[in-house]
Amino acid sequence: MTDTLTDTATKPSSARRFWSHYSSTSPITLTILALILGFVIGAIIIMVTSPAVLDSWRHTSHHLGDIGSSLKVSFDSVAAAYRAMITGSILDPTLFVHSISTGHGWDTTLTPISETLTYATPLVIASIGVGIAFQTGIFNIGANGQAIIGGIAGTAVGSMIHCPTIIHLPLTLLAGIAGGAVCGLVPGLLKAYTGAHEVIVTLMFNYVCNAFLLYALTETALQAPNQANDLSRNVDSTAILAPIFGTKSGLRVSYGIFVAAAVVVLAIWFLKRSSLGFDFRITGANPNAARASGINPKFVVIAVFLVSGGLAGLAGGVQMMSTTHYIDGGFLIGNAGIGFTAITIALLGRLQPMGIMWGSLLFAALNVGGRAMQAATGIPLDLATIIQSIVVLFVASPVLIKEIYRLRSGAESFQMATKGWSS
Amino acid sequence: MVHQHFMLVPVFTVAENVVLGFEPTKSFNRLDYKTADAQIHELSEKFGLQVDPRAVVENLPIGLQQRVEILKALSHDAELLILDEPTAVLTPQEIDALMEIMRSLARDGKSILFITHKLKEVRAVADVITIIRQGRVIDSVPPSETENQLAALMVGREVNLTVNKESTELGEPVLEIRDVVVRDDRGLAVVNGVTLDVHAGEIVALAGVQGNGQTELAEAISGLRPIESGTITLRGRDITNHSPRAILDAGLGHVPEDRQRDGLVLSMSVADNLVLNTPRRAPFASRGTRNLKAVSVNATDLVQRFDIRTTGIDATAGSLSGGNQQKVIVARELSRPLTCLLASQPTRGLDVGSIEYVHRQIVNERNQGMGVFIISSELDEVVALGDRIAVMHAGKITGIVDPSTSREDIGLLMAGSTMGAHD
Repeated sequence: MTDTLTDTATKPSSARRFWSHYSSTSPITLTILALILGFVIGAIIIMVTSPAVLDSWRHTSHHLGDIGSSLKVSFDSVAAAYRAMITGSILDPTLFVHSISTGHGWDTTLTPISETLTYATPLVIASIGVGIAFQTGIFNIGANGQAIIGGIAGTAVGSMIHCPTIIHLPLTLLAGIAGGAVCGLVPGLLKAYTGAHEVIVTLMFNYVCNAFLLYALTETALQAPNQANDLSRNVDSTAILAPIFGTKSGLRVSYGIFVAAAVVVLAIWFLKRSSLGFDFRITGANPNAARASGINPKFVVIAVFLVSGGLAGLAGGVQMMSTTHYIDGGFLIGNAGIGFTAITIALLGRLQPMGIMWGSLLFAALNVGGRAMQAATGIPLDLATIIQSIVVLFVASPVLIKEIYRLRSGAESFQMATKGWSS
Repeated sequence: MVHQHFMLVPVFTVAENVVLGFEPTKSFNRLDYKTADAQIHELSEKFGLQVDPRAVVENLPIGLQQRVEILKALSHDAELLILDEPTAVLTPQEIDALMEIMRSLARDGKSILFITHKLKEVRAVADVITIIRQGRVIDSVPPSETENQLAALMVGREVNLTVNKESTELGEPVLEIRDVVVRDDRGLAVVNGVTLDVHAGEIVALAGVQGNGQTELAEAISGLRPIESGTITLRGRDITNHSPRAILDAGLGHVPEDRQRDGLVLSMSVADNLVLNTPRRAPFASRGTRNLKAVSVNATDLVQRFDIRTTGIDATAGSLSGGNQQKVIVARELSRPLTCLLASQPTRGLDVGSIEYVHRQIVNERNQGMGVFIISSELDEVVALGDRIAVMHAGKITGIVDPSTSREDIGLLMAGSTMGAHD
């Protein structure tokens, strides 16, 4: 008898404890702690993998007196790596001082931050799309496919229709949205009317979209003329998101960041103030209550896929319009799959537009900085991926991170009795 | 321990369920059914709990299933038997039988801890009554205390247990249910030809043991479950198989049976929950944009008027006690223009003070000329509130009687006898 009692008592209590832990520490603190932890573990990995450090320790094993110098080598290589990462993604202070004093070289000084912003732009848009779907309880894993279709649609409208910027630019952006929305509509309809699980359908749709990309680039008029490779036409100059500081400056940061900023603002408004956003949130938090309150679940599923897919498509369009101005067979495939990264970032940002924005900037900085680190120190870009993964892991498991930092005393381990159905 | 929700394997026989975990075996670990049956027989004889060891549990009526649970506990030589709300699923006759069993077990030297919120039952069977409130023992009293004294101890203040009702003019029928047939998730016709009228200015209470189709009937009226045949009209307007939205807008107020599942979004604020099914109605929104100011004005007003105890209108609904959660739902429903109020188990799991409050609100609405349809498995509530009492058994109305009818007769109707020819 006592066995059954304790059994039933511990299960809800541990879940409850987890929840109380999870919800009490501020998400910002948590993310910063996770970031620090990510860098610490990254440092350890640098120390145990860098050839210079290993050589130095091999030497020390023969001459014990050299421990100090080996330690110094270890810390130096970590410091060099992280310095390269920060200066390569945000700002190099020496270059900054130089630019201030001489008034020249601003392009070089600002390149890192410009690259980070460029990288982050489509991520913000796609991640907010994924975040809105997740808030509604819809697991749209197909953002990448939707972004690809958005990119294709944008390229088609941008390269094959010719009109002035004032019409052409918004039209191309809208084409991206429409492409992604149509691509999202299919799993939405399937879920609403047949109950097909959206995770499986959207996941599989990514492959369909990849295949469609190759088809579009080799078999249709989208392929660049006189081209045998899977390469699209270039979009007109009237349909690109131009670099803010002009093409001559070399800074790639484009007007796309204003599109991303607009998406952030609109998403905040949508979730907080719009009736449709309210319906989405109710459905995500309690689908039964949503139905009982008169919300049509079919409508919500279809609408959320249109919104989420549309944003993913816009991200694909913006990616193409702000960087390459054409697409090729590798568009958003493999490591560049912003639609997949978007899932991670949406969770990192706790599905909130502002959180997602910061998460995207962080991911972008780690990637851009990682490349700079690779160039400067030879430490592979994968280290940046490792740090990203660790940050996400620790944000996703707040209990663990709190245990590590002892944010709460162990005295918290009280047992809570089972709660009946009553209250 | 006898759990409120039975821990039996429905497809196993009585004998298999009782010996589960302590199976007598023959060589090679074969189950020894003969010994098992003999054990059950012996136990049944010893405690006077007659039940066929070979019967399959899912085919037994609820009262017998409970007997199996008790046998299971006794088979482990339990000295202390804990019965958690054992009477919620029983007819009055079955409750009497259970009381008899409890008395005889006590005579045999067993100790029984009987957890219930029904004051009549504790007074009938207990030797000592201990009242707990908010996790503390308040007092232990002899069963000679009156119900009002017990209720006062439970709530911490004097409570009026009887509902005062003045007689009112009977108005037009507002809710007309005609030959309604509804299937449950398994495809069984659990509501099988129900016909019932609710007039303006009266409370019709539907009594019945849980699981006789009341839940499905409520879902059908509110549009959450398809109606196979028959019609439902609300003040002459056909609402058969209309969407929940249309039915809510037609003026049906719905207090769902499971408030946390269907009535509230626990992670959202009290203010949002108070407009959960009217988010698009003026003044809470216009042209797709929510008016958060109107929402909070509404919340402040309702929190005060309905005495909802909360730390603020921005507190989550999940942070409120069960009674206050129910008040949120009642406040929400009664604050919009209604033709008829449908309340399923309106006081389930509430403390005596909240029950008193909810009952008063319901009677108020009836006095003001609203039709009220209450579905409750609490006979006390049905008798206290109903102007007419309909009794449901196995998907049919077995009788419509006056509240002055004896409990025995209502009990017989609840058990399926249609002899209620008094009406």
